[in-house]
Amino acid sequence: MNTLRLVTEEPVTTEELAEAVHTALADGGTFVGVFGVPRGSAVGVVALVLGGATLRRIEGVVDRRSPKYPALTPTVPGALWYERALHDLTGVVPIGHPRLDPLVFPVGGQEGDLGVRFPIDAAPNERLVPATRALSGQVVGEGVFTIPYGPVRSGVFESVEYLVETDGEDIPRLRVRPYHKHRGVAAQFRGQDLEDGLWLAERYEGTLSVAHATAYASALESLAGVEVPPRGALLRLVHAELERIAHHLDSMIRLSEGAGQAVAYARLAWYRERVLRLIASLCGHRFGRGVVALGGVAGPPQLDLAEARRELSDLAARLESDLERLMLTPSFLDRLRGTGALPPEAVAKHQPVGPVGRGSGIAADARVQLAYGGYRLVAAPAVAVRQAGDALARQQVRIDEVRGSISLVLDGLSALRDASGPWRVGVDVPDGQGAAIVEAPQGALVYLVEVNGGRLSEAIVRTASFHNFALFSSAFQGDILTDFVFIEASFDASMAGVAG
Amino acid sequence: MPWVTRWLREGVLTTRYPARRDDYGAHFRATVTLQTPREQLTAGRARPGPTLAEVAARCPTSAIGEDGAVLSLDRGRCIGCGRCVASRPDVFRFSPELEGAEVAREALVVATSEAPTTEDVEGAMRALHARTRALRRSIHVRHVDAGSDGSEEWEIKALWNPVYDVQRLGIFLTASPRHADVLLVTGAGASGMAGPLRRTYEAMPEPKVVVAVGTEAISGGLVASSYATRGGVGSLVPVDVWVPGSPPSPFAILHGMIRAVDLVVGR
Ligand code: SF4
Repeated sequence: MNTLRLVTEEPVTTEELAEAVHTALADGGTFVGVFGVPRGSAVGVVALVLGGATLRRIEGVVDRRSPKYPALTPTVPGALWYERALHDLTGVVPIGHPRLDPLVFPVGGQEGDLGVRFPIDAAPNERLVPATRALSGQVVGEGVFTIPYGPVRSGVFESVEYLVETDGEDIPRLRVRPYHKHRGVAAQFRGQDLEDGLWLAERYEGTLSVAHATAYASALESLAGVEVPPRGALLRLVHAELERIAHHLDSMIRLSEGAGQAVAYARLAWYRERVLRLIASLCGHRFGRGVVALGGVAGPPQLDLAEARRELSDLAARLESDLERLMLTPSFLDRLRGTGALPPEAVAKHQPVGPVGRGSGIAADARVQLAYGGYRLVAAPAVAVRQAGDALARQQVRIDEVRGSISLVLDGLSALRDASGPWRVGVDVPDGQGAAIVEAPQGALVYLVEVNGGRLSEAIVRTASFHNFALFSSAFQGDILTDFVFIEASFDASMAGVAG
Repeated sequence: MPWVTRWLREGVLTTRYPARRDDYGAHFRATVTLQTPREQLTAGRARPGPTLAEVAARCPTSAIGEDGAVLSLDRGRCIGCGRCVASRPDVFRFSPELEGAEVAREALVVATSEAPTTEDVEGAMRALHARTRALRRSIHVRHVDAGSDGSEEWEIKALWNPVYDVQRLGIFLTASPRHADVLLVTGAGASGMAGPLRRTYEAMPEPKVVVAVGTEAISGGLVASSYATRGGVGSLVPVDVWVPGSPPSPFAILHGMIRAVDLVVGR
């Protein structure tokens, strides 16, 4: 069973919400996010705080006739982007928020304009038009101009727009507009069949299908009080770690390309292809879709375990030698050292997760702290931490983690060989709420699901990429143009997860 | 060992496709197709398991059409979840085909099992490749993400990795839409990308060809009914080639590009 405990606090008034969250954080919790959910004709403002293995859910309800509440951001700086998204999606105004311009869907910019329908009210198949005219800040002062970059770029990128604001003297500021590719995925969970929700979760961030499917399924399993059998838990672990290797390699491929390391780039790209092929040999899909099923996994691996071991060991030996070489290549290291260093104050305020957080000294890793599923059945990975907070620190964390993931997969395969019993068990999900946290390649991924009448009535999804990307612009302290590709690759954000 | 010699010791990694068949494709669950000719389906209804109407109702993207006599399967909607295959393996099967791209949207709907065999498609591909060569110039490609889940981007990027290396077929990514022949569009058609996508399309010179990459781009997939998407990119730009798959494999995308090149040659 998922070791995470979900505690739903007594409802508070929206006036008390900021105080309640602040108190929960003062008890040693970390801020997970704040989200707007439909409550009949009202809007529930749901804040999540993680303390140890307890996820506390604090909700205040906002009346739509007076759609506002005192913002959390002034006392909980990590709420900055969450409240912007909440405003976009529900029209509810967090009063006192320092910068409430649109983030994920710019319809909220027309606030007060009667006749506006916010995403939270949209019926199935109702198409809303994002009001790009609501975007502010094209020109913010005399002599200040902005240079847009994206959303369409040369090369193959997910869509996101960056705005470089400069007055020609100070260090230019970077602003991020992820809204272009917003798909409204979280809202699509409402009313879904529980099994269909799994397919949707796999496509929330399509390169993180295993992480999402595992988090989604675990949330329902924890609500049902079901423990995934060892074989199911171990096969989930094997796929989750292969997914991590593929993602960490993706970051390194982009860094090598940016640094003009053509051979390293080609070799790492080849390894990544081999990892995807290994995943496909194990399950029939290059991104591991269809592996996770409610109560375990859909079935046994399609590849002989010894063969999977051989392929991974061969790949690991080659990769190890190339990574050693790469980390001794001065022209590569010079591009990363000191680049994109996150200021410690910003890190303290926003508590980034995953390699971005661990590269800045935050030693959090849900695999170790929550020891969920298969992570209780094999030796726990060491938490990789660096202090410098720059692109190099994030790269070093990822290298340690790739090594850790390789041994986890090998251990997982051995444990699978010795395990017996079913691959999955039946899950009878009662009405209620369940939550799960898994350590995705980018950091902690949080699912909180509500089931009503055997169907999903709500899903709150907190992606690590969304959480971390609020800090992206803080990583630019120097030359935006030359550092851009390294900082972007070292964040390794999934834009699908940022835009939602 | 220096970087240069590291590369040499690995020998040839690059696939010979499309000149030769590449065996790697065989284990993909690319999309689902029908197992048996239509006549047998009626007989198959007597078999144990859910009825075809029940299977159709359980498809998460309504890809299966069943109206008594005719059973159809829209590969442009199928996300490959496998539910129909698991419940009626006598009727549905995973198709390992890599070459599923079609130039007409309706062609993605299979109503019988009379799909071309792999050999037929391969022959067609060789012919297409010969025409690409006859064009005697490179093909320039632009990509726009119109609300993807991110996996299509990985599979497109893979085409430039040393395994697929499409540069050897004369296919390059271009830095400007003004030099692009082929536009690869991914994603469910996010409303926020309607304008940027349109502008890219309009900036491209004639002749130009648009490839919708993936089930989401074709039909919107599981987010088809979202307030923020338009049920695929077909309503945002005129699509010429449809590549099914969730996501399509690099081979499937390559096949779609080869069909696109054929269209560029023809225009
Ligand atoms: S595989 Fe899934 S999505 Fe595709 S047709 Fe069958 S049930 Fe529908």
